[in-house]
Amino acid sequence: MVKEVIKGNFATAVAAKLARAEVIPAYPITPSTLFPEQISEFVNNGEMKCEYIPVESEHSAMSACIGAAACGVRTCTATSSQGLALMHEMLFIASGMRLPIVMPVANRALSAPINIWGDHSDTMAERDVGWLHFYAQTNQECIDLTLVAFKVSENKKVLLPSMIGLDAFVLTHTMEPVDVPEQDKVDAFLPKYESPYCWLDPARPMTIGSFATPEYYMEFKLAEEMAMERSSAVIDEVFEDFEKRFGRKYQKVVGYKTEDADVIMVMIGSMFGTAKAAVDNLRKKGIKAGLVKMTVYRPFPTKELYALVKSAKVVAIVERAYSYGHGGPLFADVSGAFYNMEKKPMMLNYIIGLGGRDIVPKDFETIYDKVKPSMETGKARMRVEWINVNEEAVKEAEGL
Amino acid sequence: MADKEYFASGHRGCAGCGMASAVRTILNAAGPNTIVANATGCLEVMTTGYPESAWEVPWIHAAFENAAAVASGVEAGLKARGRREGVNLFAFAGDGGTFDIGIQALSGMLERGHKICYVCYDNEAYMNTGIQRSASTPFGASTTTSPAGSVIPGKTQRKKPIAAIVAAHDIPYTATANIAYPLDLEKKVKKALSVDGPSFIQVMCPCVPGWGIPSEKSMEIARLAIETGVFILWDLEGADFKNIKITKLPPKPRKPVLDYLKVQSRFKHLVDKPDLIEKIQKEVDEKCKMYGID
Repeated sequence: MVKEVIKGNFATAVAAKLARAEVIPAYPITPSTLFPEQISEFVNNGEMKCEYIPVESEHSAMSACIGAAACGVRTCTATSSQGLALMHEMLFIASGMRLPIVMPVANRALSAPINIWGDHSDTMAERDVGWLHFYAQTNQECIDLTLVAFKVSENKKVLLPSMIGLDAFVLTHTMEPVDVPEQDKVDAFLPKYESPYCWLDPARPMTIGSFATPEYYMEFKLAEEMAMERSSAVIDEVFEDFEKRFGRKYQKVVGYKTEDADVIMVMIGSMFGTAKAAVDNLRKKGIKAGLVKMTVYRPFPTKELYALVKSAKVVAIVERAYSYGHGGPLFADVSGAFYNMEKKPMMLNYIIGLGGRDIVPKDFETIYDKVKPSMETGKARMRVEWINVNEEAVKEAEGL
Repeated sequence: MADKEYFASGHRGCAGCGMASAVRTILNAAGPNTIVANATGCLEVMTTGYPESAWEVPWIHAAFENAAAVASGVEAGLKARGRREGVNLFAFAGDGGTFDIGIQALSGMLERGHKICYVCYDNEAYMNTGIQRSASTPFGASTTTSPAGSVIPGKTQRKKPIAAIVAAHDIPYTATANIAYPLDLEKKVKKALSVDGPSFIQVMCPCVPGWGIPSEKSMEIARLAIETGVFILWDLEGADFKNIKITKLPPKPRKPVLDYLKVQSRFKHLVDKPDLIEKIQKEVDEKCKMYGID
């Protein structure tokens, strides 16, 4: 194992190289640009054997991924924000055609107003496209989850694409020490990909991407959902295999001081590290707070999440995305998943860190203060609250 | 005629479909070692109704605007598998998927230099969705989004010169073709597949319902497009238009455009508007002069 101090973007490029991705079409976008830069550097210096396609847009990046993956080769790209939104149409097609494409996404806010900094609006808007969603908390997770994603996606029981979220700048541009796995170990973990069913081969003509009438469409889509459901067990197997080979343990959801917690904050991505410091502070004050981080978001790990949070009085969903006119998407998912559970905690929603607004430990203490009255009375005071916003600007907007 | 057909009969194309004829000629010219990336459109819909397929060669369809990008990915995938050699790779798209929504992906493919033969089956409107105007629809044509109204008589803009735009990318081979000249088309396909890099063929394909013509007349009307000079058959290696070759000259004198217009219901509202007919005739004359035909 080689310890390197690297950026999150670089980690995902290294993962693509270690995975021996055979075709990489990519288009640069802040803050994901280092990925295509690094891949082209690897290729041009002969360090990586790969067909790199410098496409003219993200839409074409995903389109070319689809064409390449349909030839049965390991295919990868990376993007962010507007780029992911431009790919939107093609994301459904990649999953609908059951192509195991892997894509690290630098999580960045969407315009307007234009903003290049971090939040989860981009990938959250793509939660219904039939891709597996992983989220990294650290640069180590960027490299590891990208490798894991290839293995899960390419599993014959799955054959669905995966995206791996890494927070803009906090991960993409921040140097962290990372254990870079050795090539031979990665080769053993992730052997050359052989498409089990179909590829474009004149010796065996096949029609891929045909027109399906109402008589057939639903079965295609249900088969996709069944594969997504099967991927849950495959993810566990791959995490276990990864731990055996590389010594790092992964779980779909990770708890921190949840056992006796009254309040558990559930979140995604790099803010988990910040929140841990806040929980330690709260614990010092005798407050029973805990945390859960979601590493896997699709397939939604209902069972695992419920097991961690079911005994809490309040589950506070703290998230960096919003569905206008309703609330946070993670909140909607968690509350929907728990609705039929016999015993369920009160659930409250806190929106934080949109467009790269700093997230600091104090914010989680603020959230606790907001949770407290609801917890004490047993009645949810406010279902959704935005944290750390300029009150004067809010008042002005209210006057409109 | 080929020994084996690669575009099977029994597809759902209309009787007299110009595009079906073009695709059949092209596939037969290319032979079995062929892969096709197809844009969304009539061709995809009428040939691949699950669980049937008219394609005897490997075929992929992803979306509307990206046949060129999908084909670029296929080329890279074949190279990565070590299977690029000897495979004819096509992108097929209609005029909507080429002139309009697909021009960015097409331009990218051309600039990157992929060895792909891009075929635009040009039927001069969005026929698959029910005859809406495209950048290829000629001046005056009535479509459902450029209807012949009492104030505005059909499409007010001219046809985009797509093949010239493509050739300006300085690619190895650009050609225009027409289904009424299948041997010329076949020759151009073989030439396009022989060059090292991108090639482009715009094939004029009458659409029976879209043009409002009898199904048995599509070849005849396609030929009229050449004989009147409305559509010019040429090819070019590279971007120097001085080297353009006119591959089929119209008769001398050329037939009047009215002969072509009056047999199609998309132009029927123009027949009693001599000023508009004259305008179209003048533009055709100017174009023929520009191409050195007259």
